[in-house]
Amino acid sequence: MEYFIQQLINGMTLGMIYGLIAIGYTMVYGIIGMINFAHGEIFMIGAFVSIITFLMLGILGVGWMPLAVLIVMIVTMLLTSVYGWALERVAYRPLRNSPRLAALITAIGMSIFLQNYVQLLQGARIKPLQPVIAGGFRFMQESDFVVTLSYLQVFIILLTLILMAVFTLVINKTALGRAQRACQQDLGMAALIGINVDRTISLTFVLGAAMAAVAGLMFLMNYGVIDFYIGFLAGIKAFTAAVLGGIGSLPGAMLGGLLIGLIEGFWSAYFTVEYKDVAAFSILVLVLIFRPTGLLGKPDIEKV
Amino acid sequence: MTAPAHEQGGPLISVEHLTMRFGGLVAIDDVSFSGDNSEITAIIGPNGAGKTTVFNCLTGFYKPTVGRLTLNHPAKGELLLERMEGYQIPAHADVARTFQNIRLFPAMSVLENLILAQHNELMRASGFSVAGLLGMRRYHDAEQKAVERARYWLDRTGLTTRADWDAGNLPYGDQRRLEIARAMCIRPVLLCLDEPAAGLNPKESAELNELLRYIRDEHQIGLLLIEHDMSVVMEISDRIIVLDYGRKIAAGTPDEIKDNPDVIRAYLGETEEEALPEVVAQDLEHPVS
Repeated sequence: MEYFIQQLINGMTLGMIYGLIAIGYTMVYGIIGMINFAHGEIFMIGAFVSIITFLMLGILGVGWMPLAVLIVMIVTMLLTSVYGWALERVAYRPLRNSPRLAALITAIGMSIFLQNYVQLLQGARIKPLQPVIAGGFRFMQESDFVVTLSYLQVFIILLTLILMAVFTLVINKTALGRAQRACQQDLGMAALIGINVDRTISLTFVLGAAMAAVAGLMFLMNYGVIDFYIGFLAGIKAFTAAVLGGIGSLPGAMLGGLLIGLIEGFWSAYFTVEYKDVAAFSILVLVLIFRPTGLLGKPDIEKV
Repeated sequence: MTAPAHEQGGPLISVEHLTMRFGGLVAIDDVSFSGDNSEITAIIGPNGAGKTTVFNCLTGFYKPTVGRLTLNHPAKGELLLERMEGYQIPAHADVARTFQNIRLFPAMSVLENLILAQHNELMRASGFSVAGLLGMRRYHDAEQKAVERARYWLDRTGLTTRADWDAGNLPYGDQRRLEIARAMCIRPVLLCLDEPAAGLNPKESAELNELLRYIRDEHQIGLLLIEHDMSVVMEISDRIIVLDYGRKIAAGTPDEIKDNPDVIRAYLGETEEEALPEVVAQDLEHPVS
């Protein structure tokens, strides 16, 4: 039982990170119908910007951790958003009206490009970071297995929930969100009632990148080590999460992320750690076979 | 600055020598016409005459091969539509349009469809959603205004009781009227209507006539109308342009058009008897029983 609760906590933490990345996949797919495979790299860049900002704050002597984390978060979100914006502007917008395959291949190309870009600039070695938030709550101390809920995990889970709430608010309640939902339904018509479609798409990439940036920061703080290649696996898993939840659906992305995180957590706990990726990707296969629209996705009904 | 026709006081919209070619196909061939404020100008013609293509050029879907589309905006002066980016035509030049096959945002509520049409004002007021998120008064006021405007048009189109429905679930006639209401929420100076009466029953198309007249007389904007339903066209148009095979073959008031021999020929074909092929003639004489 104690072991189960511990895995539940670990899985949830992981799931939150996946969920934040998955939002970027699902939003972009919803609006322009392409899978942005470079999104995982945006997450990786977010992690790198975080570590660099942490180190710089260390040099500047900002010692109070809550302030440092806040500054890092803001800087990371801003800088990574610029990457997200530039990615769309340079690589995807010129191909907006070309066949889907062209956009897909471009996305994979951008993914490889960004990996190598970071590898060249930052080197291929693993980058470690000292634990930023230490300590935690300990439960069930009288039993053999002590359940630990670290402050960091609390931080990750709470921050994700806040971000998702804000995000849901943006999509449902603001003019920008309304425009995004309109673009999702009919891009051409949205332009005809005066919505600047290009700008809406750009802002979608910016928002997605900002979410991925926070995920990168969380990943860095949770694992303490990053390299230029982390975006690939995390990206594909977040994509799996988006598909599992129903691609194009925001609550689906959050739910999918959580489920993938839990599956991975429990699989590594009760079966074998080596095969945890197999478990996650088997889910992708099963979902695509049995429920291609995902858990919360709506099937495309062709009107006759 | 330019030719006298475009100076202040010229017609609201003037289309000059508009030509649109798709490869070897000439969809519109040197068509010129104009439309004015508080006036309904109908564009009629047989299927494939190029009516919708004219609209697509006006609203930025196509870039015309040749020609000049001048909008004499009451507040912003002379605007050349053919040089504008697609979304700027509704956003900056204030030209709105509706579609032959209705294009609403089906998964959004009726009210939301109307508020979306006022998106740009709201975006500006909300400081790109930042002020909106912080619940600032400026955005609140702007949204209040947008809702008020939407409500006015819901009232006008008789959709008030269905404001919360998903637009896709509305009956057909209501969807048509919602599309017009949405176009009006852009606060256009020129409204282009592509077959607004298609699929409406006689009662509904009488209501439509009323609505369009109301828009013309009260809001004093220019209306361009593509329509096949002659009961609508003849009753409400101030002027009619007739297209056939991409050419303008006649223009005038409804009475002038009604008796124009060219128009009758375009619609009904040549009057001389056509010899039927023998097989068909035999079929007609001995129908399969």
